[in-house]
Amino acid sequence: MSNVRLIARLDIKGPNLVKGVQMEGLRVVGDIQKFAGQYYKDGIDEIIYIDVVASLYGRNSLTEIVKRTSQDVFIPIAVGGGIRTVEDVRTLLRAGADKVAINTASVKRPDLIRDVSRCFGSQCTVLSIQAKNCGECKWEVYTDNGREHTGVDVLEWAIRGVELGAGEILLTSVDREGTKKGFDIDLVNTVSNAVQVPVIACGGMGNMEHLLKVVQDGNADAVAMASVLHYSILNIKEINSFALKNNIDVRAL
Amino acid sequence: MKPSVTIIDYGAGNILSITKAFEHCGAKVNIADFSQMIKKAERLILPGVGAFEDGMLGLKKRGFIEPIKSFVDKGKPVMGICLGMQMLLEISEEFGTHKGLGFIPGKAVSLPKKDKNGESIKTPSIGWYKVYNINYKEAWENTILEGVSVESHFYFAHSFYAAPSKDEYRLANYNFNSHTITAVVRARLLYGCQFHPEKSGEAGLTVIRNFLNI
Repeated sequence: MSNVRLIARLDIKGPNLVKGVQMEGLRVVGDIQKFAGQYYKDGIDEIIYIDVVASLYGRNSLTEIVKRTSQDVFIPIAVGGGIRTVEDVRTLLRAGADKVAINTASVKRPDLIRDVSRCFGSQCTVLSIQAKNCGECKWEVYTDNGREHTGVDVLEWAIRGVELGAGEILLTSVDREGTKKGFDIDLVNTVSNAVQVPVIACGGMGNMEHLLKVVQDGNADAVAMASVLHYSILNIKEINSFALKNNIDVRAL
Repeated sequence: MKPSVTIIDYGAGNILSITKAFEHCGAKVNIADFSQMIKKAERLILPGVGAFEDGMLGLKKRGFIEPIKSFVDKGKPVMGICLGMQMLLEISEEFGTHKGLGFIPGKAVSLPKKDKNGESIKTPSIGWYKVYNINYKEAWENTILEGVSVESHFYFAHSFYAAPSKDEYRLANYNFNSHTITAVVRARLLYGCQFHPEKSGEAGLTVIRNFLNI
């Protein structure tokens, strides 16, 4: 097994860190910078910022937030929400982002993935997929933070996205997101085995066992978590040492 | 006086992250967006994200190539990061064959797609890895890796890597699915890091501080 990254996902609305359940009922958790700074100090491997209402309102407030974070957080930052053009990507990268996660706009215009990847490299291009279960081992792609269904099959879209140049997939289970009931293992496993790029499992982390399961049974290359960190249910150091004890190759802190 | 560093801005990637990391380590940072600034530099940083050909084209368009060459000829310190490291070599095989700056003999080649058992490997390589060198204690002394523990991890994100023609240019490697991949190249005061020191937490900041002490 190769190395596994532990990632903190921070959903953003305006200036605040927010969290919902199944992508709905967003509640304000606190100040973004404070949480990001703390996770960095505690030893998280990476941070994902998602502006959860950006595609709804057609704007992106993330540039300033990313700029502030990159002043004293020296780990990779992935940014998503409302990215529509190559110029949007350039602006975010120049503000300190290392990669961008694109969902809604790429479903509408798949060539955006190709353009971004050609311009900035596949290591910079994350295809963000919001997946909702719709039958046995079947998932449908949702956009606009889990609000709009598309009729597109998740597995087909993942394979197509990688062909277009995505270097990574952020795979969020809309069903599990915010529930702390564990990852959708079948979803992660199905996508991870079908593509030759790293897959970040997202949605459902509630305890340490969930982490083990999604790496061992789901073949996740990275694991994103939110509620367990935001509400101090687990801390990063204990997750890290638990992973090492269970032979998951994470960065030794 | 503060040590100063000049970052070459040719339109590629996250200049801000590199700036902030160097400032955090006590440096005065200059951004070179025209070629004359390179002459006056104490130390140079060659950053880079994206495709090799675009990177070289960006340097060429802004007239950076000759000033960088004369800077290196004078033996002054330079650090290439990620694509900036690969551009220090003679050639890259990324999307065709393209000429690099040629300071280090060798070429940039694709990461292997299979491990030693013939199983597929996922690329790009994205993640935190330890770097090593068999004689690291002696080899890393008085270099940018001085004081770096062999347990320290650094953040990598790449699909191609630098393969120098001689081992003497490889200061450190990392293990990518049982393959030995170059992590740091060196020729006197010219360095290239495949990992991102500005994104590798405390370990990365140590490398930056060492570079500022050269």
